[in-house]
Amino acid sequence: MTYVIQGAKDDFEVVIGLEIHAQITSNAKLFSGASTEFGAEPNTQVSLVDAAMPGMLPTINAECIRQGVRTGLAMGAQINKFSVFDRKNYFYADLPQGYQISQFTHPIVGEGVVKLDMGDGKTKDVGIERIHLEQDAGKSMHDQHPQMTYVDLNRSGVALMEIVSKPDMTSPEEAGAYVTKIRSILRYIGSCDGNMEQGSMRADVNVSVRRAGEPLGTRCELKNINSVRFVRQSIEIEARRQVDILEEGGSIDQETRLFDPVKGETRSMRSKEEAHDYRYFPDPDLLPVEFDDAFVEAARASLPELPDVKKARLVEALGLNDYTASVLVAEKEQADFFEALLDAVVTATKKEAADVASKAANWLTGDLFGALNKAGKTIGESPVSAVQGAGLLSLIEDGTISGRIAKDVFEIMFETGKDADVIVEEKGLKQVSDTGEIEAIIDEIIAVNQGQVEQYRAGKTKLIGFFVGQVMKATGGKANPGVVNQLLKPKLDG
Amino acid sequence: MTDLTKLKIAEARDLLAKGDITARELTEAHISAVDGFDDLNAFIVKTPETALEQADAADARIQAGEAKGMTGIPVGIKDLFATKGVHTQACSHILDGFKPEYESTVTQNLWDDGAVMLGKLNMDEFAMGSSNENSYYGPVKNPWRRGTTDTVPGGSSGGSVASVAGFAAMGATASDTGGSIRQPASFTGTFGFKPTYGRCSRYGMVAFASSLDQAGTVTRSVRDGAIMLESIAGFDAKDSTSADLAVPNFEAALTGDIRGMKIGIPKEYHLEGMPAEIEALWEKGKNLLKDAGAEIIDISLPHTKYALPTYYIVAPAEASSNLARYDGVRYGLRETGNNGSLDDMYYNTRAAGFGDEVKRRILIGTYVLSAGYYDAYYLKAQKVRQLISNDFKAAFEKVDVILTPTAPSAAFAPGEKSDDPLAMYLNDVFTVPASLAGLPGANVPAGVDKNGLPLGLQILGKAWDEETVFKVSGVLEDAVGSLAEPELWWRSAK
Repeated sequence: MTYVIQGAKDDFEVVIGLEIHAQITSNAKLFSGASTEFGAEPNTQVSLVDAAMPGMLPTINAECIRQGVRTGLAMGAQINKFSVFDRKNYFYADLPQGYQISQFTHPIVGEGVVKLDMGDGKTKDVGIERIHLEQDAGKSMHDQHPQMTYVDLNRSGVALMEIVSKPDMTSPEEAGAYVTKIRSILRYIGSCDGNMEQGSMRADVNVSVRRAGEPLGTRCELKNINSVRFVRQSIEIEARRQVDILEEGGSIDQETRLFDPVKGETRSMRSKEEAHDYRYFPDPDLLPVEFDDAFVEAARASLPELPDVKKARLVEALGLNDYTASVLVAEKEQADFFEALLDAVVTATKKEAADVASKAANWLTGDLFGALNKAGKTIGESPVSAVQGAGLLSLIEDGTISGRIAKDVFEIMFETGKDADVIVEEKGLKQVSDTGEIEAIIDEIIAVNQGQVEQYRAGKTKLIGFFVGQVMKATGGKANPGVVNQLLKPKLDG
Repeated sequence: MTDLTKLKIAEARDLLAKGDITARELTEAHISAVDGFDDLNAFIVKTPETALEQADAADARIQAGEAKGMTGIPVGIKDLFATKGVHTQACSHILDGFKPEYESTVTQNLWDDGAVMLGKLNMDEFAMGSSNENSYYGPVKNPWRRGTTDTVPGGSSGGSVASVAGFAAMGATASDTGGSIRQPASFTGTFGFKPTYGRCSRYGMVAFASSLDQAGTVTRSVRDGAIMLESIAGFDAKDSTSADLAVPNFEAALTGDIRGMKIGIPKEYHLEGMPAEIEALWEKGKNLLKDAGAEIIDISLPHTKYALPTYYIVAPAEASSNLARYDGVRYGLRETGNNGSLDDMYYNTRAAGFGDEVKRRILIGTYVLSAGYYDAYYLKAQKVRQLISNDFKAAFEKVDVILTPTAPSAAFAPGEKSDDPLAMYLNDVFTVPASLAGLPGANVPAGVDKNGLPLGLQILGKAWDEETVFKVSGVLEDAVGSLAEPELWWRSAK
């Protein structure tokens, strides 16, 4: 469905491109040996290079190069075996060198594409324009002193990847899905932890609007958006602002804007005229980055199964439906949990994976995700492990407990972290399939409910549900429902 | 007793080895010479206590039979080399009070070999200048005078050459970006050697123009230069542009045999209006080398005339970025003004902290990197730089070394050129092309002008072929024979 902004007179389309800044997972910074630990005391993770002491020189951290290449490969992008680090010159108190080392004319990764899952089996391809490596700046703290600004250089020099999309997105939902997908890929391959709250991933969003069929409009850039929800919100708000201006006969100024989620508005940070002239030029302290095919192939070989491939496998080889597969692969931790769960179920039940995959997936996406959601926990914090989940599922598979009882057992597992079989044993929840035992109970129930028996025999056959319920109640839910049905009907029918 | 300060490094090394003198005696003689040298303003910081400690350590080392070429040799250090805990300001006001917590690789190499530090040497601020009149610490006087008129020592390594020419140091570290070793060496009758770009580490050397800056030596003989360069040179992982090559035994290259060697004479170095004395000196050098068995070959370096304008785009461009770190935030001078903003602090600090020549080059560099001018200036200059480099490559297919004058004139008087930047820049006309090509070059004292002031000839070699430059320099030095020494007027003035 096309996203349309209805103005007073015309309908408008929105065109969106994103620049995602992702902190590379690495023990050391891009050009110095300093640690990258998050949350350390201010100015404790700073080398002489990061503080730009006189005569200090950057040297490239090969691990950051490798992660950049892996990220490019995961997005099916062109890998540039020759790339150049440039200096982006501007003054700011938390930029010690007076320039940021980045890549301008020769980025390490060129064009690629990522596929977005838009639900109902629909997909959308978004082009990657380029990925380049750059250093992060430090942090200015304006709230520590009434007159002064403090500077923390812990982040100064930390390696970032800037992933630049083509302006291929046409709705806030697509932009949100794009950020989610990029985050998912980065977490799968481990090149970035994708933690938007801690700032290790953030997005600059370029938004423009146009009447259908018109050429691209003037864009505004919304800086440093740090959640998927804010990406969507900021686009809605900014697109609406631009439409209102255009409908009133105004024009859009190209500028950098700040999104204020509290006030629900975007406001100007700096206009094009105020924009910095960054005076990019190749950093003469660094040689061009060059590597061979073997380096690229080693990086490729180190990639895990990526979400798109994994999803296809879950659908085709394991028979999961498209939606469930999408949900499972969206987050690496979920997918990993599912794979571990399925492995354990297969081992425990000795059944084919395809025969138990859907049951395992349904339990995971239904019962466990539901409980985690309710408890506000992530899959990583789940009190029930994949192996424990498999223990529960195999008890259902071998008929030890019913699906109904399994729900109760799971609740206890979730609360206590105990294994399913232990709980079943302790609480005596084993399913009763002994026909003699069940038959005796049925006879007893028929004997004390003669009124209902007569109504049943008079044609109100729906009352069988009542009798089943009575049997289950009498057995504490442990009676095998199949056996109950099988025995009950001939007795009622007389 | 003989004046120990008149010894050359090689002579002192041999006397030390024989036990005829001690490093302490040698050092004490130099400490006293340094004290008597105040009138020339070559030393801006003296470190006699350190010198004596190092001398005693050197004596112990010599006794233990573990001496290297530089063990016990008192040297001066140009102020742009970081020396731990000692004034390191590149003679700029903006680095007021800066004492690094680190040591430059070049000086560390010297100390590792047992050399003795006499103090820090004056220089043009950030190595920008050709007369040493641009130092925040005042100008340096040349030990050589035009009658009773003072002359400049050249620049930017003015303190280095003056201290060595005036027998206050046996050798000095220096740096050459466009001629800052060779031109002042020519003005003072010293042997100045700039190795191939990448031969010495730039780690801990305050940057002027990163793609050109190269450390080198000033000594009173070719052999001394070979000994000292061997000490400071070598690969350093902390400098990405340093070359991973073994350091040859440069002294072993001084065989005195250049028979059959081809000496190139570039026709483009015959400048219009060049003093006849310089032409005559060049002719003399040619004949001396010919007499020693070398073959003289006329060559062409067609892009020579573009070298100076190219240099004055590339070097200021890099400088404008390299000097951005001097912002008053982390070290050095800070001028906040009254309740000033961050921008005010930048303006005030940099206005007060930088001298006129430095400001001029920052402005030029900022201009040539600006949007709209980058292609016309910086990019074009890089292309021309490549052409200049190609000129040399082609020439070195035919010849082993190139012989040229080092500077277009002898030392001039203070103030004679300081009002005319272009006239000042012309001092580097013969040294700049090889700097742009990253080639090794030396100034060999070869005669005097009509006023008795030193004149020098420049020997340029192939990349990484410092040995041949030393070899030819040695032969030329011998052929020229003994030259006059400066009168020790500063000592008698005491």
